[in-house]
Amino acid sequence: MTQPTNFGFGDECALLKDSARKFFAEHLPVDRLHALVAAKPDAEAVSDAAWREDLWPAMVELGWTALAIPESAGGLGLPAVAVAGLLEEHGRAAFPGPLAATLATSYVLAAADGGTAALEEIAAGRSATLAFASAAGSWDPGDTAVTAKGGRLSGTACYVQEPRKAERLLVAARDEAGLGLYWLARDAAGVALAPDTIVDLTRDQGRITFDEAVAEPVAGNGHAAFHAAMPALWMLLAADMVGAGEWQLQTTVEYAQTRKQFDRPLGFFQAVKHQLVDVMTRVDESKSLLYNAACALDHEPEKARQLAHMAKASASAMAAFASGRSVQCHGGIGFTWECYLHLYFKRQKHSEVLWGDGAWHRARLADMLLGEVA
Amino acid sequence: MSESERKDSPEQAEFRVHCRDWLRENHPGEPSVRLPQSAIEIMTEPQLHWLQAWQKAAYDAGLVGCDYPEAVGGGGRTDCQRVANEEMQAARTPFLPNVIGLGMAAPTLFYHAQEPLKERLLPRLLSGEDIWCQGFSEPGAGSDLASVQTFAERRGDRWVINGHKVWTSLAHFAEWMILLLRTDKSHKYDGLSYFVVPIRSALGKGVTVRPLIKITGETGFNEVIFEDLEVDDSYRLDELGKGWQVAMTTLLHERGGGELVTPRSGGLTAKTSFSPTARNLRTLAQETPRGDGTAADDPLLRDRIVHQFIREEALQQNQRRSRVPALQDHPMRLQLQYKLLISELAQDTARLGLEVAGPASTLYLADEHAPAGGQWPLAYMNSYGMTIAAGTSEIQRNILGERVLGLAKSK
Repeated sequence: MTQPTNFGFGDECALLKDSARKFFAEHLPVDRLHALVAAKPDAEAVSDAAWREDLWPAMVELGWTALAIPESAGGLGLPAVAVAGLLEEHGRAAFPGPLAATLATSYVLAAADGGTAALEEIAAGRSATLAFASAAGSWDPGDTAVTAKGGRLSGTACYVQEPRKAERLLVAARDEAGLGLYWLARDAAGVALAPDTIVDLTRDQGRITFDEAVAEPVAGNGHAAFHAAMPALWMLLAADMVGAGEWQLQTTVEYAQTRKQFDRPLGFFQAVKHQLVDVMTRVDESKSLLYNAACALDHEPEKARQLAHMAKASASAMAAFASGRSVQCHGGIGFTWECYLHLYFKRQKHSEVLWGDGAWHRARLADMLLGEVA
Repeated sequence: MSESERKDSPEQAEFRVHCRDWLRENHPGEPSVRLPQSAIEIMTEPQLHWLQAWQKAAYDAGLVGCDYPEAVGGGGRTDCQRVANEEMQAARTPFLPNVIGLGMAAPTLFYHAQEPLKERLLPRLLSGEDIWCQGFSEPGAGSDLASVQTFAERRGDRWVINGHKVWTSLAHFAEWMILLLRTDKSHKYDGLSYFVVPIRSALGKGVTVRPLIKITGETGFNEVIFEDLEVDDSYRLDELGKGWQVAMTTLLHERGGGELVTPRSGGLTAKTSFSPTARNLRTLAQETPRGDGTAADDPLLRDRIVHQFIREEALQQNQRRSRVPALQDHPMRLQLQYKLLISELAQDTARLGLEVAGPASTLYLADEHAPAGGQWPLAYMNSYGMTIAAGTSEIQRNILGERVLGLAKSK
């Protein structure tokens, strides 16, 4: 198979991206986002996971949660590049909510043999998230600390994303057959949620302990489903980071155009100008690798894993760089709580490590490109 | 069928078939001489003649200059150079030697010269029979290009030129030069004018070309000295005092942002060619002993080699994305990054090659034990040519910051 030169990003994708941008700008511009999630400056505060739950029905109505669900399961079956465009705008808005977690869950379900029933629930508007990481922070579902016996789950899943915002859980659990997938309501009996206190104010995270919780088994091999879906998950995060990186760039550029020192705008000084150009080139590299990976998911799946590793590795490095430079180039104001930069700085730091940091992805790439070390 | 083929106009589709048929029969094959890494490093007559024969053949077949009007020696086609370039790349052809002529002089002539001058000069430029060079930089005018001091004094319908140009690639083979000079000393920008001048026919009669030796020990570029060279006023492009605007046309096309698509062939994988790529880096690492294994087993080097693979892929995908308007925030944003990114990527890859090679990186071209024949240290040293020439990386960052990001001008 070969890839279309335009990444398969057609008019439909452009329209979706454009409408997403307008939706986020209208319903949660950054000043209102800041008022919502950062109202009370307090380093010791417990995360309250604030979001605009009232916007969820509209997002469902727009079809966003069903983008990656096959038409046979009631979804829209749109290409991954459409999802990339949506998540880019999601990241640009630093939008708090379970959209990315729900899309990620739908990718794993779509890769499982028996995911249809759960996918139909998502297509009907249910939000969902994945529970598969161990306390040690392994993103290999085979390391899960949750076990299943006769359809009852026990053990603890850590680093669960958006647990207070998601209505359904897809759990990786060791069972009689190996690694199985299980589907249940987040508020089902035997499910106890302990929210994490996290740096990122636009996200929610927690650990979920199962105590003989009754769950619906999803037919299929859990290893295979996660393995097949992970490139799409990395693509989702890379898209969010690229959008957030572009916001960091544009916001810092605007500041460098208006703020004056020594009677000149900051951007006159090459020490500032050149840093901003470096942020731009990093954002662009990550964005090109993002659409390359998304297009491969649609058209050249045999290359998608490698290209998605590249996209996430690049985006993680870019996010660290853009975050650091955006605060540094703002000077003192960029170091304050009242400046909106910290929302993106913290979101990027969270995204950087989620589902594998840059070094982890490069190590996987090294095995692919240079061979494994005996 | 590729996406670009699907979008071919009827003219482009027909032309594409023509290109493909011709290339199948007429690919020049393995070169009879050792080719340099790029056209601006052509050093010998045999290299030049072999490459000129290729350009002439491609021109005669209509693959070079096809978008220029027939009256000036072109093919009179619409948006077909893109197609020819794609097909020449796909057929892995050698590069075209008249690179400054095609990429810089031709579009400048096309937009700014009088018709008779175009009709006289463009055919032999496009065919590669006349090699062109560029007289912009001077000892005192590098990044600050508008401070050139080469001066033309008016005597009736003639001009008398005195001055000193440097870093002039291909001047030792060039028939013609595009020349930015000063006709008025009282205005920095508005005192500049733009000429084309004969070089080869004036050697020893007002023009001296001397090779400059690079840090690698190779020649490749030159200094050109003008002493009372007389040229006719008909060799002036555009109006007197408009030299800076004309030069912007040249630089725009040099940086890949012009209207006219530059004829470009390439992709030839000759046994004798080398470039500092991530693939070559991998080969070097896998062939370099380190401890019980090879350098490709070293975890720190693995991480850094992978970085180079990622950057290479990103640059290719930038090129691809630059043709998708829906995925761009600014029309020039990706095009203007290309020169900066490709030159710094090559430099970093070459530098990493030296680290991978370890002690063997000290061995140079004539040493029989040198890895890859000493091409890694050669490529590393030559990489500074790329990060300095045609606007240093610092100037590129100024251009990007000012034109794309809209930051205040640093001058």
